[in-house]
Amino acid sequence: MPREKQQEYRDHHINENEEIQPNSEIKDNVDDLTDDLDALLDEIDEILEEDSEEFVENFIQRGGQ
Amino acid sequence: MTAPTIIGTETEFGISVKNAREQDLVAASTLVVNAYNNRNIPTILWDYAQESPLMDARGFTVEGENPTSDDANNSVINDILINGGRYYVDHAHPEYCTPECTNARDLVKYEKAGELILELSRLTAEQLLLDNQEIIIYKNNTDYKGHSYGAHENYLMSRKIPFTDIVDGLTPFLVTRQIFTGSGKVGVENGTEDTDFQISQRADFFEKEVGLSTMVERPIINTRDEPHADSKLYRRLHVIVGDSNMSEFTIYLKVGITALILRLIEKGVVGSQFALQDPVAVIKSVSRDLSCKNKIALKDDRNWTAIEIQQAYLELAHQHLSNEERTPVVIDVLEKWEFVLSSLKSDPMSMGQHLDWVIKKKLIDAYINRHGFKWTDSRVRMLDLQYHDLRPEKGLYARLLKNGHVERILSQEEVVHAIQHPPLDTRAYFRGTCLRKFPNNIHSVSWNSIVFNGPTGFDKIMMERPHFGTQAIIGELLNSCSVDELVNKIRFDD
Repeated sequence: MPREKQQEYRDHHINENEEIQPNSEIKDNVDDLTDDLDALLDEIDEILEEDSEEFVENFIQRGGQ
Repeated sequence: MTAPTIIGTETEFGISVKNAREQDLVAASTLVVNAYNNRNIPTILWDYAQESPLMDARGFTVEGENPTSDDANNSVINDILINGGRYYVDHAHPEYCTPECTNARDLVKYEKAGELILELSRLTAEQLLLDNQEIIIYKNNTDYKGHSYGAHENYLMSRKIPFTDIVDGLTPFLVTRQIFTGSGKVGVENGTEDTDFQISQRADFFEKEVGLSTMVERPIINTRDEPHADSKLYRRLHVIVGDSNMSEFTIYLKVGITALILRLIEKGVVGSQFALQDPVAVIKSVSRDLSCKNKIALKDDRNWTAIEIQQAYLELAHQHLSNEERTPVVIDVLEKWEFVLSSLKSDPMSMGQHLDWVIKKKLIDAYINRHGFKWTDSRVRMLDLQYHDLRPEKGLYARLLKNGHVERILSQEEVVHAIQHPPLDTRAYFRGTCLRKFPNNIHSVSWNSIVFNGPTGFDKIMMERPHFGTQAIIGELLNSCSVDELVNKIRFDD
């Protein structure tokens, strides 16, 4: 989990009443996140099933429980 | 009046063979299930004599045929696992059942181990196909064309609780818990109101408040009365309304909190105080409210949001759980429940590392923004489906997990360990250990029985109490005697 989120989680659990201090790391983290997301979207473009239209059309299951 | 906490889940998986001339889903499912054999042992059968799916919890039996299976077919479609679980072909789907677990953390571990079992057998089965063919397995609940398959949860409860109390106390919880248990879905099915994206995969398919069927006119509360345990003491509540989840965090909260709600019902502190005017409509409207802030009409004319209803249940849990019931896992579940509700209240999209529906929604939003696609674009629908793909190199949830984008509950080592080792603190320990130690001496198995094939014929050992048969109770005996001694000793003790 990215550091920013970890911080948010910790603050919620441990220091609920303590004010969150502005942190110089946060801006970097946001940039990191965007880079991360871009890399991930590149990856999705590569691994998404080809011929998605035909694939989702033909994905037919029998109803189960 | 409370029963010991025993939880198990059953997951039906979607399956497809890429580049097959025609899709034979029964054959594909059978191929995959048969490809898995971690025991190197002769055939052990599933004992259908212990099953009674047509018994209704409201006190009657429905006409129809109980499941049976001739021996040859039985062994082809059933694999009884040494982790205490079951892996088999149900209708036209591979299905995995976890062993019985005493807490939400173990349940997540065994459900995730099941995904690895499916992936291992998928890889083996694929070797038997033509070079250009691939088997793809999805842990989701729909083909997006109106065919749904289930993710069922099972909870042991005291038989003393009238079934109507369960219906009253549980229904408002089940129709609002989607805000943290949903797996997200692009579009709608089953003639329901149109929307681009909704919270739940399954909500569109629920048409009744209470009923026995799990396949048509699905009910929010299922009345199947098949305890797989001493029916005088226990019932097994069969919850069919949930989604299949990928996120460990989501599974953990879903089963951990639902088990707590059932404790509260058993204690009599949750009754009909949250009864809703129209639960069947609410399950669909909550699924379409991505803000989680729309008001829901209660029978007594109060109007609450789904979050407010959940907070009221949480408050009752804080007030009424005893110190003994506050195990480390329960304390953690309560903390995470509170954290999720307050996060959803401030911004549902802040749960993008925790809850399946938000993880998926954020991913699709980013993808749509990048390419300018519409929600109805086939690539967007493909992305939804591929979130649930079990292949580590193709599955989008799997990629997110690998890249550290989603919250975990467990380490991967723990999940791998659970493929071959049963929980120590339920009868699954006895079942799994017997399967590992005495595979040649077992004729058949069910959830509450093992039939040993001894020198004097068949000996059926019943296991009517799911919290017995543990390592603490029987570990020493199991590990120090022969199968004949074991059977004689248990028979003598009976």
